Amino acid sequence: MKEILLIALPLIFAAAAFAWPSERTRPWLLPVAGVLHSVLALWLLIDPPLLAANAWFGFDPLARAVLPMVSLLFLVCSIYGVAYLQIRAERKNRIFVTALLVMLGLLSLALQAQNLGLLWVAAEATTLVTVPLLHFNGTARAFEASWKYLLVGGTGIALSLLGSFCLGYASLHGGSSGDLTFTALVAQGAALTRPWLVTAWVLLLAGYGTKMGLAPMHTWKPDAYGEAPGMVGALLAGGTTTMAFVAILRVKQVVDAAGGGAMTERTLLAFGLFSMLVAALFLLTTPDFKRMLAYSSVEHMGILAVGAALGGAGIAAALFHVWTNGLTKGALFLSAGNIRRAAGAQTEDKVAGMAWRSPASARIFVVGILAVTACPPFGVFFSELKIILAGFQTNNFFAATAFLGCLLFAFFGMSRLVFAIVDGRPRAAARATGKQLRETPGVIVPPLLFLALSLWLGLATPPLLREAWNAAANILLPTP
Amino acid sequence: MSGTMNLLIGLAMGFSLLALASSRLPSVIRAAAFQGMILGTLPLLLEEKFHWLVVAVAIGTITVKGFIIPNLLRRALRAANIDREVEPLIGFVPSLLLGAAAIIGAAALGSELPLRPEHAKTLLVPGSFATVVCGFILLMARTKAISQVCGYLILENGIYLFGLLLINTTPLLVEAGILLDLTVAVFVIGIIVDRIQREFDTLDTRKLTSLRE
Repeated sequence: MKEILLIALPLIFAAAAFAWPSERTRPWLLPVAGVLHSVLALWLLIDPPLLAANAWFGFDPLARAVLPMVSLLFLVCSIYGVAYLQIRAERKNRIFVTALLVMLGLLSLALQAQNLGLLWVAAEATTLVTVPLLHFNGTARAFEASWKYLLVGGTGIALSLLGSFCLGYASLHGGSSGDLTFTALVAQGAALTRPWLVTAWVLLLAGYGTKMGLAPMHTWKPDAYGEAPGMVGALLAGGTTTMAFVAILRVKQVVDAAGGGAMTERTLLAFGLFSMLVAALFLLTTPDFKRMLAYSSVEHMGILAVGAALGGAGIAAALFHVWTNGLTKGALFLSAGNIRRAAGAQTEDKVAGMAWRSPASARIFVVGILAVTACPPFGVFFSELKIILAGFQTNNFFAATAFLGCLLFAFFGMSRLVFAIVDGRPRAAARATGKQLRETPGVIVPPLLFLALSLWLGLATPPLLREAWNAAANILLPTP
Repeated sequence: MSGTMNLLIGLAMGFSLLALASSRLPSVIRAAAFQGMILGTLPLLLEEKFHWLVVAVAIGTITVKGFIIPNLLRRALRAANIDREVEPLIGFVPSLLLGAAAIIGAAALGSELPLRPEHAKTLLVPGSFATVVCGFILLMARTKAISQVCGYLILENGIYLFGLLLINTTPLLVEAGILLDLTVAVFVIGIIVDRIQREFDTLDTRKLTSLRE
């Protein structure tokens, strides 16, 4: 019942937001829905329900390991959203608020989907509902970003549908009656027809990999993250990508059960390291601090893919990383949004001295960058450490070394750009545009909350969460 | 039964080539629309006995792919007042050759993949892969937003063709999901096309270049 509410509640709130008459009070629906959703998700985390056999969706161990993070991410972003939409009172927010709430409902559905077809429908719908969020700013650049997002994301999602069909046919050819729930597919195991299974894995990895933003299918990401409002960027980087990662993990479970474990691990490792490398190279050169966050997200998706390729311990560490990355990115996107508003620009040739223009946001941004580039004692450090340890345990010495190298270059690239915009003297443009951007508690407290959550995950990882990640990893890759 | 079906699938592949070869946007839209309508009739051929759900899927597909979406695209075309794809990224003859290569490749791949006995004699698998690749070529080779949307439609048509292999066994939700999402996708695309045109006064996506490294 509670798991249905997780999906239905945001959708009901979305309908209410659409019908809500007042522009000024509508944004308050976001935190109300966020609080209720988080309470439900945490309740389910502590007291997981029994999963009905052959159910199309349910709060299974994998959903339990990631869904509360998405819920918390939405909650903190929604608090920011109230202040943000007050600042941006000149733009109508009916569609924006509705789309955000629908997105939360669809994410909850996709993360809980136990059926290949249902998972795809939810993923596609999430792609579509994101489009109005991306062009909230209504500028020409925002439309360009939405167009590219729709074209690249749409193609990716089409490939994943074709892959789902191939997997369905592998099961049908292997003698099943057409039950596409993941439990049924896993139970079929080696009976799945091999050539179809391989085709399906390639297409699904390419399709959901596009949604996740693995290189070389990441091209929509810099545009979308660069032009979207900060809170939308945070939700994309922590929510939608998590959904795609979970989809890949679920498919991987099926392919592994059919005896394709070596193939899935090798391809994920290759895609992961390639993404990290591409991201590190772009991070060294990009002049735009919001696009920098997109490349950082590509890098972290690569880290997740590498983690997923490193056996059970690696998967548990990757799920840990889903939490640390999602919440730390939240702090970065929100503070970057503040800096962008105060500076009136987002490239290093136009922005400098933000430590004076928007002191609190600039400080949060610097600390956030340190956190996301794995400075102890923030959570990212521990989750990446676990992934590297898993790499050494599984004798992937080359992968672990390459992983460390990419992290180092990413750190160089990001710290270069961050200090370029934070230090120095404020530019004339910023003095003109940032007439009076007061850093109100509404836009400062949410990123601080994210940093606190990241710190808490690092210093005192709750045993409950550890247990949830390990349980999910055990289900995904049963240790023989 | 499979003879008629193969004929129709062959015809559908012909329409993908037509879309690749033609420079006039209305004929690209027409090719995609005819292809959609042909594919819409296939579920009726595939089913031995008359089933109202299958008929509903067929009618829905023909209406959406054959009439609603092409009309939306034609409206966008009129609004933008353009008729031709002037400078494609890949020329018409090279893209036609690529399309032909895709069909050969798909036939080769299709013969490698094992099929259930009831599908063994049909061209569903090669037809599907060929159509997907042709759609993909159109998507990448053209610069006008409308041609790209047509490419996406042809891509979806190919996937739909593959879905027919599963129509007897998978619940209808997947089929409904495809139609629903497709419609919504094109609605959203339509809106964006409209906005691109208003903002840039063109439907040429090459002008969308302010975002790059």
